[in-house]
Amino acid sequence: MKHYLDIYFAFFKTSLAIQFQYRVAMAIWMIGRILEPIVYLVVWSTVAQAHGGRVGTYTPADFAAYYIVLMIVNQFTFTWIMHEYDYRIRHGELSNLLLKPIHPIHSDIADNIAYKILMSLIIFPAAGLVHVLFSANLIFHIHAFFAFLLALFIAFFVRFFIEWTLALIAFWTTRNEAINQMYFTLGLFLSGRIAPIDLLPDWVRLIADVLPFRWAVAFPVELMLNRLSPEQIWHGFMMQSSYLLIGFILLKLTWRAGIKKYSAVGS
Amino acid sequence: MHHLQLIWTFFRIGILNELAYRVNFYVQFLQSLLSLGTAIAGLTIVFSHTESLGGWQAVDILALLGVFMFVGGLIRLVIQPSMAQLMDDVRRGTFDFTLTKPCDAQFLTSISQIHIWRISDIVLGLGVLSFALIDRGLPLTLLETLSFAMVMFTGGAIIYSFWLMLATLTFWFLRIENILIIFQSMYEAGRWPIGIYPHWLRFVLTFLVPVAFAITVPAEALSGRLTTENLITSFFLSLFMLALSRWFWKRGVKNYAGASA
Repeated sequence: MKHYLDIYFAFFKTSLAIQFQYRVAMAIWMIGRILEPIVYLVVWSTVAQAHGGRVGTYTPADFAAYYIVLMIVNQFTFTWIMHEYDYRIRHGELSNLLLKPIHPIHSDIADNIAYKILMSLIIFPAAGLVHVLFSANLIFHIHAFFAFLLALFIAFFVRFFIEWTLALIAFWTTRNEAINQMYFTLGLFLSGRIAPIDLLPDWVRLIADVLPFRWAVAFPVELMLNRLSPEQIWHGFMMQSSYLLIGFILLKLTWRAGIKKYSAVGS
Repeated sequence: MHHLQLIWTFFRIGILNELAYRVNFYVQFLQSLLSLGTAIAGLTIVFSHTESLGGWQAVDILALLGVFMFVGGLIRLVIQPSMAQLMDDVRRGTFDFTLTKPCDAQFLTSISQIHIWRISDIVLGLGVLSFALIDRGLPLTLLETLSFAMVMFTGGAIIYSFWLMLATLTFWFLRIENILIIFQSMYEAGRWPIGIYPHWLRFVLTFLVPVAFAITVPAEALSGRLTTENLITSFFLSLFMLALSRWFWKRGVKNYAGASA
């Protein structure tokens, strides 16, 4: 354990130093990530205002709270690994990573966390600003908050494992764009970004219940907003843990099969 | 006439270049279809809870989506790749070759790259637009058709000038690809009518990133809500932007010193 902590610490240091050089570019990439929830917040608030001030159980102030927390959860759980892996494999960069005496997923996790730490300098002020501009109804419940932190932590790894596994499909196809876009599209609906899950049609909600997207994004948001019953919370954590396990096993199997298939480009 | 011939030549080169990668056509088409499906599903969800959004009926928003896809397709077909090519040329010094050709450099730069497969967005956008127009029942009057054509044209000119100015910055600051990301992120907000956004965002989307005039205003023309004021503003703004970007371009080219000189 101590050994891993040292390694992670070293990864963090280099990663932060590298990423700090690209701070402007990274800040610019954040615009879309901040704007998207604002756009849907505005759309749903407009709908609510035209219908006596609410849609389902959401008032405009509730939508504001929902999309602020969603913005933060999505920021802290997303990965860009699916866009990077086909490049790594096509250009033979993976060979360098394989030479290191540690599984390459660790440096990816460390990179991701370093990035999130750096970008929290942008996402929290942005969330604060949205809070003020849209007068969000965000009430802090201490129990909900701790449950939220735990769910966020699990969600991070659920998404990391699943997206890392999908990225590994590049071992077989070397062109992942179509799969990536499919995954992205599903996520848009099923993780509660286009609309809170309760506002989706029944059959979509059934699908959302089964697939991992909801549990990796919308569930922590709903926890934080204290919108779930104890049974729903229990069920949510069960689903999260199941997907954590499934993701981990899939990752192991896919990695083992993929690495056998891999013959470095240019060797 | 000569310019039209040049456009046709570049168009042909674009086709020849991409015919070598026919699989890309299917990938591109699949992606366009998927994003169209996503947009329509999103609209369906929103309109399952309401009949209108900021005064726009579902069919009007569908027309707006058609314009959004059409303009976005046009940007990705020629404007974005050409401007990216410009930045690359300036960085590597190969912009020399454009300058020495016996033709206006701004014109050559603007059509230098045509990524023909991106035409799928344009085709689908036009399809959505026609569907929305048929679905609303009444045929367009001559006045509506003319004003739509005009604001579409002026909106396109505004967007083009805006991109040209962004890309011209490359003469002073070599690494600016990221500025283009700002545009792409903001463009997404244009798939909904600008009127629903709060004032500060509406201002940004009208004047800083002119999505309003490129998408919302043409869609207004199709649903009979275009005001004379917007029509005139769009016209004069496009003239102003074309002149401004031309002037800015000339300043930029003067600043260009080649990479090896």
